[in-house]
Amino acid sequence: MPSLKQIKRRISSVNNTKQITRAMKMVSAAKLRRAQDQMMAARPYSDHLRALIRDLAARSDRNKHPLLAEREPKHVGVVVITSDRGLAGSFNMNVNRRALNVIKEMEEQAEDVRLIAIGRNSYNFFRKLGYDFIQHHIGLSRDFTFGKVLSIGDALRMEYEKGFVVDNGLDRVYLVYNEFKNVIQQEIVVEQLLPIIPELASEEKYPVDYVYDPSEQAVLDSILPRYANVMLWRVLLESFAAEHAARMNAMENATKNAGELIERLTLQYNKARQAAITNEILEVVAGAEGLE
Amino acid sequence: MAETLQLEIISPSGVVFTGDVTHVQAPGQTGYFGVLPNHTPMISALTIGRITAESANGETLFATSGGVAEVHGDKVVILAETAEEKSKIDLSRAQEAQKRAETRLDRQEDGTDFDRARLALMRAINRMSIVNG
Repeated sequence: MPSLKQIKRRISSVNNTKQITRAMKMVSAAKLRRAQDQMMAARPYSDHLRALIRDLAARSDRNKHPLLAEREPKHVGVVVITSDRGLAGSFNMNVNRRALNVIKEMEEQAEDVRLIAIGRNSYNFFRKLGYDFIQHHIGLSRDFTFGKVLSIGDALRMEYEKGFVVDNGLDRVYLVYNEFKNVIQQEIVVEQLLPIIPELASEEKYPVDYVYDPSEQAVLDSILPRYANVMLWRVLLESFAAEHAARMNAMENATKNAGELIERLTLQYNKARQAAITNEILEVVAGAEGLE
Repeated sequence: MAETLQLEIISPSGVVFTGDVTHVQAPGQTGYFGVLPNHTPMISALTIGRITAESANGETLFATSGGVAEVHGDKVVILAETAEEKSKIDLSRAQEAQKRAETRLDRQEDGTDFDRARLALMRAINRMSIVNG
């Protein structure tokens, strides 16, 4: 049985941990709120763009624009989105595992699968397994702006567009990420980024005949890359929100566990103290009896 | 016949402007164009420039770095990569961006992304010119 001093030290150490996990939970809650606000703010823009693309694609040939055209997927890019930091429960592991399955599946069909890591976690995970990356982006969450996402999106699109000129560009790009369902639920989603899959136009609505300025091609040239970028932006915001929600829950559990542990240790401490007192009394009584 | 247009300016970071206007001017790729009520349905690709919204209360100016405008019925929706109202433009940031872009263009090293620097310069100049009238 550990000594009183040892138990006491243990209690104060667990108590410190509890304070840290509780603080982390608060921080995550604040960050979650911010990510959710940004998600809501991005929605009108991406919804409008999606509707525009749906209307445009319904009336023009899909192969008219490179970002809509399907090619045989010989070279596939998989973007794995995790967090930079841990302590978020199974958040990262779930994505990595799912991505690994997706990659293995695709390796059977495609000539090669190339990885793009967003977040330190997926980078480390796949590097240890011996995978190479064509791009990796670490520390994005620290300074997350739309401008940053633009440069990542543009770089991905360049890899994709290369495929129309030479043979080794990416024919298809997938995103694997945690979707933010609600505060206690995240869902892993595999979504195709490129080529863009337009939504199907509803049949009851007659498409509007637009005048294009300067031309239909120029309008598509302007809209489609923006849509790909805003999709990436939306997905990253989803992933951030999911990350903070996951960490919030993990920290909440840790705080609760620390509380229980402290209770148990306190009980143990009191028992030990009681035993020590009883012992002392016994000794005193035995000593007194010896004197008689 | 509608007398006004309903204008919405939306960027990825949120809805920037919504309101009734009598006239909208926007920077099309082949030059500025104006939209009055009862315009034919149109989709236009926008470039860097200023968006002018005229209403009964006067004129509101926005700086944009491009996007797309949809005119349909009495509604004009401008989806802009960035859109800032004149009073919200950060002048010192634009000046810094101008300097940064200019030094990058001046250096003429290999590997400099000239297109990007040029666009950054144009955006900075656009913002400054809107603030300075």
